[in-house]
Order: sequence, then structure tokens, then C-alpha cells
Amino acid sequence: MTALLQIADLTAGYGGAAVIENISLAVAEQEIRVIIGPNGAGKSTLLKSLFSMTRRLAGSIHFRGRDITGIATAALVPAGIAIVPQSRNVFANLSVFENLDVGTYAVPRRDNTLLFDKVFALFPDLKDKRAQPAGELSGGQRQMVAIGRALMCDPTLLLLDEPTAGLSPAYLERIFDLILDIRNTGVTIVMVEQNARQALRIADFGTVLVAGRHYISDTGANLAANDEVRRAFLGGGQASDSPA
Amino acid sequence: MSAFITLYLIPALALGAIYAMGAVGISMIFGILRFSHFAHGDVMTLGAYGALSAVWAFGLHPLAALPFGIALAVAAALLADRAFYRPLRKLPTIYAVIASFGVALMLRSAMQLVWGPQNQQFVDGVAAPLVLFGWLRLSLLHLEAMMISVSCAVALHFFLTRSRTGRSMRAVADDPDLASMAGLEPERVIRWTWIIGAALAATAGVLAGMDTQVHGNLGWNLLLAMFASALLGGIGKPMGAVAGGFIIGLAEELSTYPWLSAEPLVSPSYKSGVAFAIMVAVLIIRPQGIMKGSLL
Repeated sequence: MTALLQIADLTAGYGGAAVIENISLAVAEQEIRVIIGPNGAGKSTLLKSLFSMTRRLAGSIHFRGRDITGIATAALVPAGIAIVPQSRNVFANLSVFENLDVGTYAVPRRDNTLLFDKVFALFPDLKDKRAQPAGELSGGQRQMVAIGRALMCDPTLLLLDEPTAGLSPAYLERIFDLILDIRNTGVTIVMVEQNARQALRIADFGTVLVAGRHYISDTGANLAANDEVRRAFLGGGQASDSPA
Repeated sequence: MSAFITLYLIPALALGAIYAMGAVGISMIFGILRFSHFAHGDVMTLGAYGALSAVWAFGLHPLAALPFGIALAVAAALLADRAFYRPLRKLPTIYAVIASFGVALMLRSAMQLVWGPQNQQFVDGVAAPLVLFGWLRLSLLHLEAMMISVSCAVALHFFLTRSRTGRSMRAVADDPDLASMAGLEPERVIRWTWIIGAALAATAGVLAGMDTQVHGNLGWNLLLAMFASALLGGIGKPMGAVAGGFIIGLAEELSTYPWLSAEPLVSPSYKSGVAFAIMVAVLIIRPQGIMKGSLL
């Protein structure tokens, strides 16, 4: 069986400089893949490269067997991939409802009632705030709007860039629970996380990047148990929250 | 009282209505494309000439000829975008600002070539005023201008808040990168911005031309006041631009009323200085304009 997402020898960066080099990854359907690594390892760059937002220097990306290398950012959503960037991930002047509605525009017009129901079931808090501008919400609620907006296009693959950055521990748990719920609705998830220990707990597979290169990939449990990984990347305590 | 309404208040609101429709386009183009479109006045003029030609050719009422003016202005705006602004999209926006000066000059010269340098009239003669209550004389054209402008503003508001295209436009104005990540096609949104901006400009141009005369500098002469309106309302906020347009129109006209003595407070020849003064004051005191939010 071919993987849902197949990255082969991807080298990419900004301008002429490569930030990630020769990355190869295969993500299976309905998998939760967590990408961890120290600051500046190229985690976010890898995610952005999947969304044609970096300069690709070499390598290829296949999704559902189709070559999506270098296709326009806006064309990836109709192909079934959604991304939630780390910061500035809601339309601040649009209401919560409008943010979610905008999420449906890239896919063929249909009845969105079911999608709204699904997102409001995942994020009941948003239902009461549907008329409020997203910019007025708390950080955690904004994150929910951002993930909800991405789910409104009914994606096969959801890319999350540090979904818990800057959130309180209580919200952190909720977001991780939600990610499990979302996977259980049939969505494959690739996420970059700074809170590596907690993230590996929900991950099927983890990938460690170091200095733009693939360091190790294994099951979440194995990585969490791996002495070397623990010492180098999971630290004694909490992983740092600063953005990569 | 009747003289104040007939000679000052109603003309002021009509002028404001014209500014409002021009300023909306300037504000929306700034919100979506992030540059000041200096050719907007000339798009207005082109709209007026387009309608004028239809009046000549088919003997239509100027307002019935409006669709021809709109079609011509929209076509010119889309063509200018395709040929001059789109290739500069990835560069700092000052390139597009300067290009829009060039487009303004090209449009004006082309119009002079086609329609000649002399002033043209939509309709010859003086229109009879509307008389209300036996004492209040109102210009029908001025009332039409106000109604058209207010209807356009209400329609635009519903378009921006209720339609998919309108919401997409607000999303792009809010955060263009996130909008592409959400799968919105930026070029489609840009196209709609030009269509709406040019259509409103053409409407304003026809009304301005009906009120006075059609000539090559018709729109260019109104550009300063329209930029002042857009800035006053908060640039990038169309509904702010509508409010700004009416405020600037009122301020310009009412400043010439003999408030203190028998003489006009401000000599009519300095009228456009009032718009300029308001613009400078806004930039110093409240550069974000009177409205909150963007593109709403």
C-alpha cells in the first residue's frame, strides 16, 4: 500500500539557502505524525514546504499517489490538504461564523450544515461566539477557530504548526484531545510541536529533525522511551515554548 | 433657510455622494492590493465619457446610459491591472503607485484623443428643479445622486458581509497569506475589487459630469477630495469611505456659506483646500481614520 503522503529527498528553504535537506517521510492514512526537534531544526519549514510556501530546491511530494510538488498554495485545499499556521491563523475582522464559512469556499459548493455541526460538536465554545470577531477571542479560542476553519474544507490531511504554542496547560490538553478526536473522524494529521513529550503521547509516529536533516523516525512510544532522544530533545522538564 | 438647503446643504450632500462612490473604490483597492490607485479619477472620467457616447449614439437618458460607462471603466481597470499592476504585484507597492500615475496620464491622453479637449454637456439647458411644499426647490439630479450613492453603499455592505465573494474579499484584506492557505484565489478577489471599484467610479463620474460638464480632468480634479474621504474613513474600509465622502462633501460646500458675515466663510475658490486641511488633520490626529476594522 502506498502512503497517503510521500516526501522524497526534499530540500527547501528561503531565497537560495536550504533550511531542510534531503528529507524523506511517508505518512500513512489516519496517522498522527508529530515532528519534533530543537529550535531552528526546520520543522515549520518542512510543513510550509508541503504547502508550497518555501522555495523548493530538490525532491518531490506525492499525496494520494498524485505529484503535488510545487502546485499553487490555493490549489492544495481543493486537493484535500489543509494547514493551520502557527501565528496569525484567523481572520481577525471576520466573525467566528465567517471564518468557518470562508473555510468552505475552496471546495465545490454544497450543503455545509453537516460540516458546521461537526466543527461545533468538536468546539462547542465556538457556537456561542459565532457572531463575535475572531480577533476578540482568547488565544485558545482563536486556535480552535483556526483548526475549525481548516476542517471546514473536509480535508484528508491536516497540517498543524505548533497548535499549542502559547496556550495554557489546560488548553494544551484540550487541543491534544481534539486532535485525537479529529483523527478518529478519518483525518490524517501531521503536526509540528514544541511540547514534544505530550505530543509523542498522542502520536502514532514521531520524526525528529536536527539542523534541517532527518534524525530519527519511530513510533511515538518508542521515541518517548529512546534514551538518546529523551536526553537530547525531550529535556528533563518541559520543552521550550519559543517558536522555531 | 430654504436658500441654505437649496444652495448649500443639498449640493453638499450630492457632492458627498460623488466623493463617497469614488472613495469606496480607492479604499477597497488599498485594502486588497495595498496601494493608492492614483488613476481612479481617470477611471471616473472614462465612465462619464462612456455614458456620454451612449447618450449621443442612442439618445438615452444619461442615467440609462450608465451601464455603458460602467462597462468601459471596468474594462479599462481590468486591462490596466493585467498589463501594468499585476506584473508588479510581488514588488514593493510603491512601484504600483507610480505605475498608477502612468496609467492616469495614459487614460487622460487617450480620452482627449477620442473625445477631444473641449468640455461636453450630457444634456443641454437647465433642468427644472423639484419644488416641495411650495417653497423648497431641490435639484432632481442631486437627489438622484444621493439615492444612488446610498443604495450602492447598502448593497456593497450586504455584498461584503453576506456573499461568498464579499467575505473572500474581506478575508484577503485581513490576511492575504492566510487567505491563500485557506484556498482562496487571490487573483479572483483582485478581479472583483477592480470590477466593483471601477463600476462605482464610473457611476460617480457620470453624476459629476451631469452636475457640471464632462472634460478630461473631471475625475482627476476630484481625486484629492476622494483620497481625503478614504483616509478620513480609515483607508481599506469602504463603509468608512462612504461616511468620509459625505463629511468631506459637506465640509467643502458648507465652508462657503456666509456663516459669520454676508461674505462666504471660505471663498469658493479655496473649497478644495478644506478637503486638504481635513486630510492633513486626520493624518496628524487619527491616522487610522474614523472606522474600526477593515473592508467593512
